Amino acid sequence: MTLSQRAHIVSAYGAELDQLADDIARMGGLVETQLTEALSAFVRRNAATTAEVRAREKQVNAMYGDIEKSVIRLFALRQPMATDLRMTISALKIASDLERVGDLAKNIAYRGEDMAEFAPPPVLGQVERLGAIVTGQLHEVLDALGSFQVEPALRVWHSDDEVDEHYNSLIADVLNGMKIDSNFVGPGHHVLFVAKNLERIGDHATNIAEAVHFMVTGQHLEQIESTVTSTGK
Amino acid sequence: MTDQAPKTSLGETLAERLPRRYRAELRFRAAGLGAVISAVAILLVLILSIVSEGLPAFTVHQLVLPVSLERELVDQEGDGTEASLRRGRYSAVLQNAMREEFPEVSGRRELRALFGLYTPLNSTRLMDEVLADPALVGSTHVFRMPIADELDLYLKGRLVQDRILPTTGTLGMSEQGGVVLASSSTNAFADLAEEMRRSIELEADRLLLRAESSRRAMDVAGEDERDRLASDAARAQRQAEALLDAARAETGWIELEGELPSILVDADGHTMKLSALSVDGRQVRGAYLLGSGNVEVAQNWSLYVVDTPETRRRVSDQVIAWTRALEDRGRIQRGFNHYLFANADSREPELAGVRGALFGSILTMIITMFLSVPIGVFTALYLEEYAPKNRFTDMIEVNINNLAAVPSIVFGLLGLAVFINAFGLPRSTPIVGGLVLSLMTLPTVIISTRAALKAVPPSIRQAALAVGASKTQTVFHHVLPLAAPGILTGSIIGLAQALGETAPLLMIGMVAFIADAPSLGLEGFSQPATVMPVQIFLWSDAAERAFEARTAAAILVLLALMIGFNALAIYLRRRFERRW
Amino acid sequence: MIEASPQQAAPLPGAQGPIKVAARGIDVFYGDNHALRNVSIDVPDRSVMAFIGPSGCGKSTFLRCLNRMNDTIEEARVSGSLCIDGREVYDKSVDPVVLRARVGMVFQKPNPFPKSIYDNVAYGPRIHGLARTREELDAMVEESLNKAGLWGEVKDRLLEPGTSLSGGQQQRLVIARAIAVQPEVILMDEPCSALDPIATARIEELIDELRENYCIIIVTHSMQQAARVSQKTAFFHLGSLVEVGPTEEIFTNPRDPRTQDYITGRYG
Repeated sequence: MTLSQRAHIVSAYGAELDQLADDIARMGGLVETQLTEALSAFVRRNAATTAEVRAREKQVNAMYGDIEKSVIRLFALRQPMATDLRMTISALKIASDLERVGDLAKNIAYRGEDMAEFAPPPVLGQVERLGAIVTGQLHEVLDALGSFQVEPALRVWHSDDEVDEHYNSLIADVLNGMKIDSNFVGPGHHVLFVAKNLERIGDHATNIAEAVHFMVTGQHLEQIESTVTSTGK
Repeated sequence: MTDQAPKTSLGETLAERLPRRYRAELRFRAAGLGAVISAVAILLVLILSIVSEGLPAFTVHQLVLPVSLERELVDQEGDGTEASLRRGRYSAVLQNAMREEFPEVSGRRELRALFGLYTPLNSTRLMDEVLADPALVGSTHVFRMPIADELDLYLKGRLVQDRILPTTGTLGMSEQGGVVLASSSTNAFADLAEEMRRSIELEADRLLLRAESSRRAMDVAGEDERDRLASDAARAQRQAEALLDAARAETGWIELEGELPSILVDADGHTMKLSALSVDGRQVRGAYLLGSGNVEVAQNWSLYVVDTPETRRRVSDQVIAWTRALEDRGRIQRGFNHYLFANADSREPELAGVRGALFGSILTMIITMFLSVPIGVFTALYLEEYAPKNRFTDMIEVNINNLAAVPSIVFGLLGLAVFINAFGLPRSTPIVGGLVLSLMTLPTVIISTRAALKAVPPSIRQAALAVGASKTQTVFHHVLPLAAPGILTGSIIGLAQALGETAPLLMIGMVAFIADAPSLGLEGFSQPATVMPVQIFLWSDAAERAFEARTAAAILVLLALMIGFNALAIYLRRRFERRW
Repeated sequence: MIEASPQQAAPLPGAQGPIKVAARGIDVFYGDNHALRNVSIDVPDRSVMAFIGPSGCGKSTFLRCLNRMNDTIEEARVSGSLCIDGREVYDKSVDPVVLRARVGMVFQKPNPFPKSIYDNVAYGPRIHGLARTREELDAMVEESLNKAGLWGEVKDRLLEPGTSLSGGQQQRLVIARAIAVQPEVILMDEPCSALDPIATARIEELIDELRENYCIIIVTHSMQQAARVSQKTAFFHLGSLVEVGPTEEIFTNPRDPRTQDYITGRYG
């Protein structure tokens, strides 16, 4: 699956590009699973999944290493041009974002272990909702990546505000709760951390959306948006 | 494993085919090498045969005679002026010199034979020497002249088969009434007598066989043939019987009759020719060729046999005797044949030379070169660089190529019709020859020049054009210098071809016998001349045997000229060749 | 010389800076072969423009139109308008010899004349009478060789044949020869295709330096080279100009799928 319908004259080069796209897709899938599992572990205050999370984390890191290597290889040996160039450079960017997402998801899972000591706070529902939004964003952007489509990526990019909204209200609620009940300070700070991580994951999803947009269109989203806004739209 | 199997089978097929391929390669190389070797061998044989044929012609035997240039013979007016010297009787001077050598010779026929040892044309050469140095008049001058061509061949051993036999004892000779009787102290003539008898018997056998075959033929021959055959048979029978009679030598003497070798005995300045040998080998009978009177006892004497019978050769025993005597006296010297280069053509082989033809060739080549090279080169330049490509230029190109294939004699016809008949230029002259050969050489020059121009890489043209050189600047600054070696080579090959051309020159009369070399100046172009290949053609047709060697020698001179030309071409190419 | 009224065509969209060469609707025929179809392009001054495209796409043909090198091919016909500095190149009043002095050309294979290095460079000034004295000519030769970055290497061997230099040096010598006649435009037809990478790098560096004073148009088969040396790139395909734009854009985000396929190396 590549951006162009035509096959490469050098088939090995084409195969390498395909492999890279596949790797990114697999890494995305893995990271997505990691995030879903981590969220469920936190919300359910489940400590049992830690080992699984750690194993997946290792795998994600290894995949990131592989992708980096193959990108370097492509630059050194094939000197990709145009779509291939954009695809390769975006793959590196996306992989690094995914690796960060994996990292953050792991942290969320660890917080689930800590939360097991406490009674379930009332804000967990809000965390779950925020998590669902962020997971949805990640899922959508990975779909966009897999299908080389701009629209889902643009949607994700624009839905950044929604995450911010949810994040801000969650923070306010937790801070309020901590003011009211000092017992809530313990679980509350875990919730704060998780919320922060989810917000960062949302940012990474936006980054990936930008990268996908550049890869497909060759234009930087921020520049386009700024020209659009400056012309008064 | 599965894809291993076809691999090994491929290897096996290759291995099977490999020896065959090697053999095919070897065969091809062997065939190529064989072709080269056989070509070289044929060339070698050709050159060796010409060289071996021609080399003797580069040396010549000369008569070195002291001639006394008596004033009354040479300077008849007595005033020493050129006109007077020109009227001198130089042939008498030469004849006197010869007579002095052989005072005993008298009689018109004998004297004529004696004066035949040289060609009378030499008196002109003597006159030239006297004219060049009038102070010679009245003195005795050592004059060198080539000996007659037949004798030259004889002295080179190419005319007759001869041998000198060992002798023993002493010899006494006594003359009585023109018959000389010589007796040896030993039986020195025994072997020779035996040999002669056997020769006579062999001759008799041959005649008997002829008689027999004639009689056989009678049985099958027609009525009218029968009489002739019968008389033939009878005559052969008669001759054979006479010979057998002689061989039996009942008189004690073997008479030398019929086609037998000549036997000469030299003793004490006398030379006798044998007419009979005694059977015991002690005595011989004959007549003096040189000298007269009796010889008491000669210690040193020699027996000289000319195996070729006198009737089958062009020099008589008498002339041989004189020649041998002159050789003994040191009057004949062998030296470089400068006559070959200093003289023009002559009816007498010993005086004939290639000078005229050489000068004719040079003059003709000058005309050819100055006409065909510039015209050819500029034609090629125009056609290659400037002419538009259309049907007209295509036609010109095709015609030039066809012209190169036209038989050269056609150019001769053209020259005859146009230059001689229409323009009225003199026949047999280098200028007409040069014009005709130019016509013939032009296509070669044009074609080779065009090839040389085509070989100039287009990048050089582009480079020149790209810095803003005009077409003409490009051609003259870059293309022509780069093509020059090729043009030179082509032109010189064309000229060498013209140098070796005979046919067209036959048509314009350059085949005539021309005894004077044209001068190498401007006026030489319109003097009658001939050229080297035509000279060779003329000589090869001549009757005298001595011309055979001279033909080969002239071929060698022409070959040397050609090699010189080609060497020049190679040198020029190396000199001007530039790499790019 | 008559100053022809500058018939400057309206610049094509996307052009920036002063335009040196303006082509409008150029068609070239070689006999019946339609080699170049309706090419319109603006080449800015003091910059490098690269022509890329598969073999036989017409890029060299177009290059050869610019100094009328096509005139030397008999059956070549050119139509359309081609202006350098607003002067029609194919006008009857324009002498191709004078034009070629203004529009230098460097070829694929280094083609120094089989003469000395000095004579190679001095040839152009000599035939155009650019130098009046020997000293002037010497100065010109030195300046040209200097500009071509060759002076240091050859100043002690000016009388040696130009063909004794290495391939890269020969190509720089050829560039010096072109510079010596003080051209305004330099055309380069695959100048590095016969050179090794180091020599190629030297030539590329030279091209980059020359850009400050000349309008350079380079035809190349190496896309990397086009990317390295040029500011604008034009892609030709089957005799047509497919796309022209800033080099960066052509190599990251070409607009035409044919350009895309060509530069990424896909079946075209």
